[in-house]
Amino acid sequence: MNTPLMPDEIRQTVLCLLGEIAPEADLTALKPGVNFRDQLDIDSMDFLNFVIMIHKAFGVEIPEADYPKYGTLNGCVEQLSDKRVT
Amino acid sequence: MAKITYREAVRAGLREALQNNPRVFLMGEDVGKYGGTYACSKGLLDEFGPERIRDTPLSESTFVGAGIGAALGGMRPIVEVMTVNFSLLALDQIVNNAATIRHMSGGQFSIPLIVRMATGAGRQVAAQHSHSLEGWYAHIPGITVLAPATVTDARGMLLAALQEPDPVFIFEHAYLYPLEGELDESGLPVDLTLAAIRRAGTDISLITFGGSLWKALEAADQLAHEGISAEVVDLRILRPLDISTVLTSVRKTHRAVVIDEGWRTGSFAAEVSAQIMEGAFYDLDGPVGRVCSVEVPIPYPKHLEDAALPQPEKILQAVHSLMGR
Amino acid sequence: MAEFVMPTLGSDMTEGTLVEWKKKVGDRVVKGEIFAEVDTEKAAIEIESFHTGVVEQLLTKPGERVPVGRVMAIIREEGTQAPPTIQAAASPLPLQRISPKAPVSSLHPAPPQIAAPDTEPGRRRISPAARKLAGELGMDPAFVQGTGPGGAITLEDIQRNAQTRRQQPSTPPAFAGETGDRQTKMRQTIAAAMARSKREIPHYYLSTTIDLGRAMTWLQEENLTRPVADRLLYGVLLIKAVALALRQVPELNALWKENTAVQSPGIHVGVAISLRQGGLIAPAIHDTDKQSLGELMSRFQDIVKRARTGTLRSSELSDPTITVTSLGEQGVETVFGVIYPPQVALIGFGKVVERPWVIGKQVVSRPVVTASLSADHRATDGHRGGVFLSAVDRLLQEPGQL
Repeated sequence: MNTPLMPDEIRQTVLCLLGEIAPEADLTALKPGVNFRDQLDIDSMDFLNFVIMIHKAFGVEIPEADYPKYGTLNGCVEQLSDKRVT
Repeated sequence: MAKITYREAVRAGLREALQNNPRVFLMGEDVGKYGGTYACSKGLLDEFGPERIRDTPLSESTFVGAGIGAALGGMRPIVEVMTVNFSLLALDQIVNNAATIRHMSGGQFSIPLIVRMATGAGRQVAAQHSHSLEGWYAHIPGITVLAPATVTDARGMLLAALQEPDPVFIFEHAYLYPLEGELDESGLPVDLTLAAIRRAGTDISLITFGGSLWKALEAADQLAHEGISAEVVDLRILRPLDISTVLTSVRKTHRAVVIDEGWRTGSFAAEVSAQIMEGAFYDLDGPVGRVCSVEVPIPYPKHLEDAALPQPEKILQAVHSLMGR
Repeated sequence: MAEFVMPTLGSDMTEGTLVEWKKKVGDRVVKGEIFAEVDTEKAAIEIESFHTGVVEQLLTKPGERVPVGRVMAIIREEGTQAPPTIQAAASPLPLQRISPKAPVSSLHPAPPQIAAPDTEPGRRRISPAARKLAGELGMDPAFVQGTGPGGAITLEDIQRNAQTRRQQPSTPPAFAGETGDRQTKMRQTIAAAMARSKREIPHYYLSTTIDLGRAMTWLQEENLTRPVADRLLYGVLLIKAVALALRQVPELNALWKENTAVQSPGIHVGVAISLRQGGLIAPAIHDTDKQSLGELMSRFQDIVKRARTGTLRSSELSDPTITVTSLGEQGVETVFGVIYPPQVALIGFGKVVERPWVIGKQVVSRPVVTASLSADHRATDGHRGGVFLSAVDRLLQEPGQL
């Protein structure tokens, strides 16, 4: 049974994962359309870990070529809304 | 200032003493006709006659005892013992009589006696003539122990000793007799309460006396080339020891090496080292070093004798090891 | 009998606070096993035992601050007898007393020239005058390097130390009071190490621009075959290339000790990791040259994670033989790094940028990175440094071989 995820659920989960990676950040001020790396102190290692967490949390395959699409909160919601949780 | 030998300085002191005080007389083995084993009294027999320049039998106990008696009787005897080795035959007179009579008599009698003797090695005269036992004498309360190392002290200490009411023992390092030095002709007796700074320095104190003074000064010259400024302290009075001059120096330099031709164990250097520890421990920047003679009877062959004695190189080694260089 | 002492986890460390013992008295401990957790100015570190044996005594209590070099525990190595009792001194000075050895009879009555006493374990040698002056200056001599005979702290050492402190009024004493929080302390330790580096090390700097075209293409293809959790970052290619280049120029993989560079038998690249709260730490990835890229990646990930959660190990902090730092993510083009003493070199990488590049007669667009070398001129000369950078370049042109 595949159920589409609600954008709010996705947003909540993504923010939760970001919080684990950058615990010092104030995520309430995060601008959804702007790249995380311009707003948070995260590097490529952090971003890689973020992608791995998304992969685990949502059960999605993310090819390296798609990494840039997961660079913003809106991007994540857009990408993950298309997927189905299996 | 005139240059004279140490031997001449001793002789000058003796002559002055004999001239200035009719109660002064000199006695000892070969001091008269032979002019003294080390020629210190050469010519004095002719000048002052056999009443005042007296040859004695080869019996140290007898003539030192006679000196004590003469002093008790109001004379100012100067007794010459050929070497410190032979003085051991007179130890009973020295320790049990000379040093104690003032105390035993409740201060009624004093012994204004001077005993001079040669000490030390370095002339290839083997073990029965070469030892340095002045440290033993410094152990005995009731006497004064002097170790003049310069021509001025050789003369001036003898004159100062004549002012003392109690026995004074003067140790003349035999190696020094032929050496020349400049005589301070002020003619003043030496202050018998003060050690002398022979060279001022800031990095390390070389503390010594007698024949080793010159080795210490040679080492200090070398050290100066290496950029180490050594202060050389000539103790010159072993009893009563002027420790305050030593402590003042060590408090300034924070390091000390004591050079003493006596054997290391129980040496006078050990006493100086202990007193530094007692008086300046918290000013020390390292353990007190000692350069003493190797613990063997002083050998006859030159290379072995040299190896047995403190030498400038050994002093340098001790300084280097203390300074971690 | 073996002593477990507070290790030095890098040249900037002077003391640590015991957080907890991981073993009890009577427990067996194996060499390399975690024995204690210690809080340093930089991070909480798990300290490994250097010995195998049974824990005989624990001399330090959790919460106690301990200067580097002080004995914290005694381990009875296998096959040895029970030891004499050791008691921790209650004095504020870091002294330990051990009961004297049984007197040894000697046939030689004469003591040696200036006999050096056996130094008691854990007891710092310090001259009385130095101790007195340190007391007057309110300085804890436990944190002063001794240069006298047998490592004794001399008057001069205290004076020099005091002078250094005076000359750098902006640098607080290396042993900040309890009041300083970790941030402040980390700043202070970095300040001390970097000031020392710039004071003592004559740095020279070389840089070269490296074409990463092949490396990036290879990486893209390689990552297509890897599941998301196993994918590589280009940074590990750089680290591996540096490690392999060090095999060709081992003079750079060295530590400066007592006026000479001592080449290290192993290549343990320290990777500079910035911490979220500020400050940085550069733990070693052991035997960097021997790891496959996949191993290196997971080690790298692990060490970054542990650096940020404060669970690094003592050997990771004490063993780096060279440091690699990358500031490319911050948009930096070229790094002019400060060497972390006693290492003799640091390699910096800037940002990977697309630039016009001439290949043959063609101008093409290629991703390039500027690699720079800061090296200690006492240990190596520019020629060897240049050879090293060109080796890094060559290695990055054959990414499949890394």
